[in-house]
Amino acid sequence: MANSVDFNLSPIMELELESLREDDTAQDSMCQLIRVTGTGLESGSPETLEMEVLTTEGRDRMASQMSDVRERADERRLQRSEESMQTDLLVRNRWSAATLRVLSSMPSRSVGQQSRLEIISQCNIRSTQLRRYHRQNQDVSLSSRPRIRGYGIEADSEDVCEEETKRQELVINLQSLSAGDRVRMMRATPLSLAEKTKLRKLAFSDKVGQSLLSSQVPCCSLLKRALYHVLFGCLFILSSLQLWQVALKRLGGRFGTGVLSYFLFLRTLLLFNVFLFLINSLFLVLPQAIHPPLHTPSSHRVTGLELFTGTGYLSNSLMFYGYYTNSTINTSCRPDEATAGTGCGTTSDPHMMAYNIPLAYFFTIGITFFITGIVLVYSMSKSFGRSFRVFKSQGNLAIKVFSSWDFKVSKKMSVRLQSENITTQLKELLSEVNGGEEEKGRLSGMALHLLAWSISLGSTFFCALGIHCFAKHMHLRRLEDAEGEVSLVHEARLLALPGVVSCGNLLLPGLFNLVSWMENYNSPIVRLYVSIFRNLLLKVSILGVLCYHWLGKIAAEPEQHGLQCWESFVGQELYRFLLMDFIFTVLYTVFGEYIWKLFSQGVLRRRRKPVFDIARNVLELIYGQTLTWLGVLFTPLLPAVQIIKLLLLFYMKKSSLLVNCQASRKLWRASQMSTLFISLLCFPSFLGTSVSVIYTMWTIKPSSGCGPFRNLPFMFHSGKQWAQELKSTNPKLAWLNWVHSCLVENPLFLFLMAGVFLMVIYVNTQVLDGQRKIISLLQEQMENEGKDKKFLITRLQAIHEERQRPLSPSSRPQPQGSEV
Amino acid sequence: MKEDVKVKVLIPLLIFIIFLCSRLHGRYHELAPHLVPMDYTNEPDVKIPLALIVSMPELNENPFRNRIVESFSEDGAGNLSFNDFVDMFSVLSETAPRELKAIYAFKIYDFNVDNFLCKEDLEKTLNKLTREELSPEEVTLVCEKAIEEADLDGDSKLSFADFENMITRAPDFLR
Repeated sequence: MANSVDFNLSPIMELELESLREDDTAQDSMCQLIRVTGTGLESGSPETLEMEVLTTEGRDRMASQMSDVRERADERRLQRSEESMQTDLLVRNRWSAATLRVLSSMPSRSVGQQSRLEIISQCNIRSTQLRRYHRQNQDVSLSSRPRIRGYGIEADSEDVCEEETKRQELVINLQSLSAGDRVRMMRATPLSLAEKTKLRKLAFSDKVGQSLLSSQVPCCSLLKRALYHVLFGCLFILSSLQLWQVALKRLGGRFGTGVLSYFLFLRTLLLFNVFLFLINSLFLVLPQAIHPPLHTPSSHRVTGLELFTGTGYLSNSLMFYGYYTNSTINTSCRPDEATAGTGCGTTSDPHMMAYNIPLAYFFTIGITFFITGIVLVYSMSKSFGRSFRVFKSQGNLAIKVFSSWDFKVSKKMSVRLQSENITTQLKELLSEVNGGEEEKGRLSGMALHLLAWSISLGSTFFCALGIHCFAKHMHLRRLEDAEGEVSLVHEARLLALPGVVSCGNLLLPGLFNLVSWMENYNSPIVRLYVSIFRNLLLKVSILGVLCYHWLGKIAAEPEQHGLQCWESFVGQELYRFLLMDFIFTVLYTVFGEYIWKLFSQGVLRRRRKPVFDIARNVLELIYGQTLTWLGVLFTPLLPAVQIIKLLLLFYMKKSSLLVNCQASRKLWRASQMSTLFISLLCFPSFLGTSVSVIYTMWTIKPSSGCGPFRNLPFMFHSGKQWAQELKSTNPKLAWLNWVHSCLVENPLFLFLMAGVFLMVIYVNTQVLDGQRKIISLLQEQMENEGKDKKFLITRLQAIHEERQRPLSPSSRPQPQGSEV
Repeated sequence: MKEDVKVKVLIPLLIFIIFLCSRLHGRYHELAPHLVPMDYTNEPDVKIPLALIVSMPELNENPFRNRIVESFSEDGAGNLSFNDFVDMFSVLSETAPRELKAIYAFKIYDFNVDNFLCKEDLEKTLNKLTREELSPEEVTLVCEKAIEEADLDGDSKLSFADFENMITRAPDFLR
């Protein structure tokens, strides 16, 4: 294999054959092959003789003829059982120089030729075949900076001019592409960075030069361009100063991509909350803070408990719904001139800016939800696209060998753990492949599964029922307490329900873990999915019960529950739930991880530290985010609380991990799991909250004593009223109202939209099916081509050996397997 | 406008490259301060040997560290110039496109550098992955099965096309 080869590679057969013709020996061999094939086969059909010119069409014909020939040859070979001879011929080190030369010029040596714009990439390859090297390159075929994509095998004695023309060709080809495609192509080619920079300069430079030189550039496009520079520069600098980058790198290096995915998810949630908080504070909180409404001063003792319960001093603050006025703020009036109730006077000064608080409230919440929904669906689809597999494969050995290594891991201990992990998995796969699965007693297995499922579902149901009864009981107690005087104990009782719910959230997953350990699933992935499903069911049922309580019972009859302002109360409940959740997480981290580690190492004398349970922690995050989204309508500043909570959680979990836990032994399919998490965030979590928010806005009567919607029958009437006012004041915008009534209030439009969506989904499924079929056809074709190649190689070698033999007259030519 | 789009793409890329390069140059310099000059305006022909590069914390424990460095070096012995160094990190970063990573992964696993993953390459890969904890029979069995599964054109070794086809079926192919 140590021959230096001087071939030009080209994917197109004509050019390849041209180059083949340059080499006499190779051509000789090919001609010989043709001749011998023609004469050697008695039963060969006449078409096999027509193999003189190997044009592309001819090649196809030849391929089919060859496959015919091959089939017959195959049969004969099998009959004579000369396969061993065949395989011998395939052994590389017996190949002659000529065969090797031919082999090394095969198109399969030009690695990796995929591209979107096929013609242009072929031009690309053709035109970048010759690269300039500054130093001599002897063993080109063994060069370790491999020339893939057809660059590889060059001679150094090429003309510099030819290289330049090739480069110019490539530059021209690149310029004819669109900018995005060009960038993508440049990024995906395995050229060195120096080459890429040169090419980029050439490809981009002349157009840039033109545009800057031309004096017809209007100033607004210059400004736009300058803005783009600044924006993109900032974006890149920001992205490199990513939040927590160093910490994440350290965690990833020690624990692997699985645990890292949890922290990345946390960071994503933080960004969502920051966005919510910014928009809310800009459009809602700030205007109201600058022009505070008049309230009767309430006498509340400032005790520390208010921070946890949200009552007392905080209940009449910006935090909760009840603080916001239902009127329009006029920016020119000063607070001390304000009259009670209706804000700042009714002078209609045309220069004043009026800010309609109820409208702002309605639209801010609506638009933030809308944008969050779009961003979620987009990131979910992107993540899904990355992790989707067209063919489901189970336990593929080859994939395990090549793609299970997590290159992010850099600590010695973790690397060793990973190796052990992979070894175990390979052994398991081998035993599966060899022995097949044992048939456990199927009946007992089924009974066990049934028992496990009934335990988990039953415990979920009873938990939900218990919470329902407890909530009712607590409301009655609260009514009793409210009749008496307000005391600390009564306020502390408000924390009872959140505490019980958080307890349930903490303990029941432990029960589920125990149950699934008892079930003893074969495949760890199934076990993971089952555990996630059970946890999810628990949280969904708890939240469902609570929502029913708040929106169904309390909101419907607030007077029965003794509430002036039910929205503030619901907001306060959600605030309490969020805080309690955080407190219990802290407690779990301290007790569950730290003290358990001390216990297991000290008392039980186990050498392994506890393992970080990723699924459970991620579901906790999703639960917290659901509470935040539910509460945004009633507590505009709740995202701020969630931001603080997430920040503290990050540092706490990080230190707890580093001190207490060790890397998991289980393989974590990070990309599929992150897809799962973000789709869980989107589907049950976000969808549920948006449904409940829409339900609140559309069907529940706002309380009449407080809040921005106090005199309206429903919350969305603020938008409707504004649209009607608009019609009367500004007739030009009357069409908005018409559009609104047509689109939103007419059910036919919604049905049409749903129908269109379903059709789009159906078309996409059919396209996917078609693509699967094409893939399987192509695979078959590849297999056939491989067989053809094998045949050709063996024939070549056989011919060559036969040629050598007549030189030694003493040895009789041995019957070749493929001949006769 | 076409020009706008091109400029929009060119300048941030250059900014990014400059930023990246200055950080990487610092790392490159600290590997061999006596060899690497701080001033690269004359484009000195400096190469750092393999042994120093694999002492970097990111590569130190990686079982494939030697192959990684070798596959980015021009001479195949693992001596990286600064350009090669930058190339290596750009391909190893998270933002490199998957096709590029597949190409370089193939190179890394190809121990005898013949543009095919033959059985010996696979055996070496496996031994490095499992730190030689599998018995030789198991290693042989795994390699045979792997080639059987992934080899599409039936030449009992994996070409890049086979490798890439297999990789596209594994979305967990991350680095």
